[in-house]
Amino acid sequence: MLVVDIVLTGLIIGGMYALTALGLTLQYGVARIMNLSYGEFLVAAALSTFSLYVGLAVNPLVGLLIVVPVAFALNWLIFELLLVPLVRRAKNRDVLEVDSILATFGLLFVIQGVALVIFGGQYFSYSYLSIPVSVLGSALAVNRLVALGFAAAIGIGIYLALTRTRAGTAIRAVAVDPVAAQLVAIDVRRASAFAYALGGALVATGGVLISMFLTFHASMGVEFTMKALIVVIMGGVGNMLGALVAGLLLGVGETAVARLLDPGLTLAATYVLFLAVLLVRPTGLFGRSTR
Amino acid sequence: MRSGFAKAWTVAALAAAVGLGLAATPAQAQQSIKIGWAISKTGPYVAGAKITLLDAYQLWVKDVNDAGGIMLKSAGKKVPVEVIEYDDRSNSDEMIKALERLINQDKVDFLFPPWGTAFSLASAPVFARAGYPQLLVTATTDRAPEFAKRWPNSFWLLGTATMMADSAVEVFSKLRTEGKIGNTIALIGVADQFGIELSTAARAALKKANFNVVYDKSYPLGTQDMQPILTEAMRSNADVFFAASYPPDTFAIIDQAKVLNYNPKIFFTSVGTAFPVIRARFGANAQGIMGTGGWNADSPSLKAYLKRHVEVHKSEPDRWASPVTYSSLQMLQQAIERVGLDRAAVIKELQTGTFETVYGRVKLENNQFLGVFQTGQWQDGEYYGIGPTQLAGARKPIDKPAWKQ
Repeated sequence: MLVVDIVLTGLIIGGMYALTALGLTLQYGVARIMNLSYGEFLVAAALSTFSLYVGLAVNPLVGLLIVVPVAFALNWLIFELLLVPLVRRAKNRDVLEVDSILATFGLLFVIQGVALVIFGGQYFSYSYLSIPVSVLGSALAVNRLVALGFAAAIGIGIYLALTRTRAGTAIRAVAVDPVAAQLVAIDVRRASAFAYALGGALVATGGVLISMFLTFHASMGVEFTMKALIVVIMGGVGNMLGALVAGLLLGVGETAVARLLDPGLTLAATYVLFLAVLLVRPTGLFGRSTR
Repeated sequence: MRSGFAKAWTVAALAAAVGLGLAATPAQAQQSIKIGWAISKTGPYVAGAKITLLDAYQLWVKDVNDAGGIMLKSAGKKVPVEVIEYDDRSNSDEMIKALERLINQDKVDFLFPPWGTAFSLASAPVFARAGYPQLLVTATTDRAPEFAKRWPNSFWLLGTATMMADSAVEVFSKLRTEGKIGNTIALIGVADQFGIELSTAARAALKKANFNVVYDKSYPLGTQDMQPILTEAMRSNADVFFAASYPPDTFAIIDQAKVLNYNPKIFFTSVGTAFPVIRARFGANAQGIMGTGGWNADSPSLKAYLKRHVEVHKSEPDRWASPVTYSSLQMLQQAIERVGLDRAAVIKELQTGTFETVYGRVKLENNQFLGVFQTGQWQDGEYYGIGPTQLAGARKPIDKPAWKQ
């Protein structure tokens, strides 16, 4: 059935968008760092997975166990060394945002340069779990279903952790008002670093999983940062469920346009949907004003 | 208080010394031949530039210097090649600035072109004004004959979008005459310069050959989610699927056609089909996929080229542009060996001479090389040229088997 096929295919594509945006919503929404080098970490994770798979025959799902902890540690280090000085001297939120944009913009070129030196500039492409399964009459690839599954599990899981656990509430407190959070004995620096590093671990997860079906090269990071930014803002900054829903919505919308109207309009459709949501709800689908 | 006699002897001795000195110094002995290039080593063009141009440039320099250099008649010996390289960062302004630096400050003897049709056209006036030969491989525009007339120093070596479309349609027509396929085509293309040119040329050639295009859509640059568009192409039930695609979408199209079990009788993707990653990623499922480019894989010189490329770069060349790039540099070397470093003479020699290259014997017609394969097909793990059918080594097309899941 056409509608079922569109919805299912759209959810699969949307799952990928959501997965690649969850990390940014944590970093921007909680740690308050507008990380322009976000996409480079995704690409670095994808390229590392390629090396592990093609070079050492380590399959990507096992590769997660290697790449994700490394990404967590690396992002914690970057937060402590590069971003803490900015946080300390920022007089308010807006100044921190601008400073972090500039700093992470520079970081973008550093990561991209290192990736180019290590991996070279060529295309990297491999297939893993590229097996079709029939769901309600539609053929879907297993690797994309896995990505969707992870997106849903991570999105819902972290949302529940942030809202139902003590540690999660502490992190949200830091996002709302770091000064007040300090007054109630929350270690603001540790919470921010944790949120930032967790965001880095999530984007690495995204990179590992989508490398199973997408083609990469070292200079592709910016495309992913842009797409993730749209999903994050559309869903409401800092809201994990928002990012998940926004990603899925964009996927379904894009697929509907491609099937029913014209595949050439997919990019336009994405931005129209984005603008439409912002016109109706300026803070995003699930966002709320924090001013 | 020197006597006039001693003065005269001193002057004479000095004059003799200077005269001997001048005679003894050879006329500006060339210690190295300076070659310069600005190429995309970072930025979005890096992937295309590396596999089709940079790897071949570096391999040629290595091969030439390993053999001692290029034989210069004026020096009476082989002179090594020295390279000056700049990264244009996939940015047109940077590329032009780098070329001007190479011409005016580094004063290179010869310039190699940057990557891609857009940069090739942007740099053409710079090459022309400075009088450097411009050996263009990654420049596929239908206006090549017109540009060759405007810039006689430019050489267009890979063919045009029309040549590619005509060759593909020739292959399709033959198969239709043999009763292997019907009349219907599903045509998709990436909405970017070359994708549009190839789609347009294909549409015209298909119409002329009385094919019926039953699905005709384009998709934005950078799209890798091809399932919706492929599902629609599948529903059109066309016998031939033709995609004017770029590398990331080419790989995505093949992968997702396999997931959908989309088995048209002819499956054609464009740029990227000639890349060795097709075999690495898809293995036996590459069998029967047609695309642009191709080479005579049985040719001994191309086999040797493949082997050397792997030894030096630890990666294989693409089966379309890379050997042509290398051959263009061999042509330059032979021209220099015949007429020296005078660029105008080299240009004339490139226009009129006959050269022995890894691709075979090359003689240009109106600054264009017409002996390149335009259509290829993966057969038993190698991407053979199948069209134009009159080229040496052209193989017959095979049927595409169903996808192995």
